Amino acid sequence: MAREHFQNMLRGLEKELVGMGEMVITAIERSIQALKNVDKAEAERIIADDALINRRRWDIENQCIQLFATQQPVAGDLREIVSFMDLITNLERMADHAKGIATIVVRHDQKPLLKPLIDIPRMADKACEMIQKSLTAFITQDVAAARAIIEMDNEVDALYEQIFRELLTYMMEDATTITRAVYLIWVSHNLERIADRVTNICERIIFMVTGEISNN
Amino acid sequence: MADMNEISIETRALDLFYGDFQALTDINLSIPARQVTALIGPSGCGKSTLLRVFNRMNDLIDGVRVRGQVIIGGQDIFAPGADLLSLRERVGMVFQRPNPFPLSIYENIVFGLAVHRLAAKKECSAIVEQSLRSVLLWDDLKDRLHHSALKLSLEQQQRLCIARVLPLKPQILLMDEPCSALDPMATMHIEELMQKLKKDYTIVIVTHNMQQAARASDRTGFLYLGKLIEFDETAKIFTKPAQAMTENYISGRFG
Repeated sequence: MAREHFQNMLRGLEKELVGMGEMVITAIERSIQALKNVDKAEAERIIADDALINRRRWDIENQCIQLFATQQPVAGDLREIVSFMDLITNLERMADHAKGIATIVVRHDQKPLLKPLIDIPRMADKACEMIQKSLTAFITQDVAAARAIIEMDNEVDALYEQIFRELLTYMMEDATTITRAVYLIWVSHNLERIADRVTNICERIIFMVTGEISNN
Repeated sequence: MADMNEISIETRALDLFYGDFQALTDINLSIPARQVTALIGPSGCGKSTLLRVFNRMNDLIDGVRVRGQVIIGGQDIFAPGADLLSLRERVGMVFQRPNPFPLSIYENIVFGLAVHRLAAKKECSAIVEQSLRSVLLWDDLKDRLHHSALKLSLEQQQRLCIARVLPLKPQILLMDEPCSALDPMATMHIEELMQKLKKDYTIVIVTHNMQQAARASDRTGFLYLGKLIEFDETAKIFTKPAQAMTENYISGRFG
């Protein structure tokens, strides 16, 4: 096959991108664990580690720019590299949301949680599952899988609604719970935004494979 | 604003044979007026042959046989009794290597007028100026119009070869690899010139340089083994081609 060198560079970038996605999943999982344990020290480490993800993002972006400049990609190759750049932006923003959760843990400042966490970890699991599946769909260029993952966002949205309503009742019953309830709402809002970002990634996968932008 | 739907050249079920060898097979193509259309494809795919069909340059080759129709200006140029001289007035051609006549700059430009007996002597000076201005050579060359054209740089020679066809008021300019003998800067200048000229002329360019097709053309046709595989807007061909074969060729997977 011609242009083997170029194709190898594309495959290498693909692997790096998946690696970045796995870093993001780890950051989300750690932030939820830190919340469960109200572990301020771990939360501060998560915040510091976000720089590693940012660095990975700029490194991949730089390689994409170099491919544009030196390889003049067209058609499917062009769409793929454009998609890489979009995917890393979305992954980087997801990592910022994990960092946002860690920041809330720091603010929580060792106080006990308002209630045992049930739906928030479920929401986080669902979001991480969506990321993992989207990375697989990306590698296998699987449009049907990408569409199915977009549908999963509804489940995350439903959990968000449920958490919001539940915490609202806490706040209405006892005003002293408001601060900690708001913290948990912020956490679930961060998770909800992460799942939205996964749908962006899935739309981009569809574009990468078909050239069609699905706008919903 | 030009009518975007105006068709300058249309081929219908065009086949072309060199003796027993079929060089073009069932080409159906509508080339829009006042746009740049690029023909791309690997060596031997028939793109230059197709270009030469449009002004019947292939007639000079022994054993050429053409089937189907090529409509230019409402007439089939292969119909019996078609006027070859008037066709070549309407369809100018620029070649790979600049090939000015071994005459002065001035004489190069009025040569076609003399052959076609189109202008009185007194109009010639104005026509020379206008033609050289169209290709952005006038300011450089106005003081040495009677110097030999062979003394010019390659880029200037190629511009002169473009200027040379303009006095005949063609509607169509055919360019067969017009930049392949030029350096990158001169190539860029010719590409810029094509953008300027397309306001008045339909340009069809054969190029080996896919990036040139992507940069300089509005429409691209991809030919392979004498067949037109895909013809579409250039932006679409280079971002979302419909045919896998087109994609493989333009992304360098074969060819």
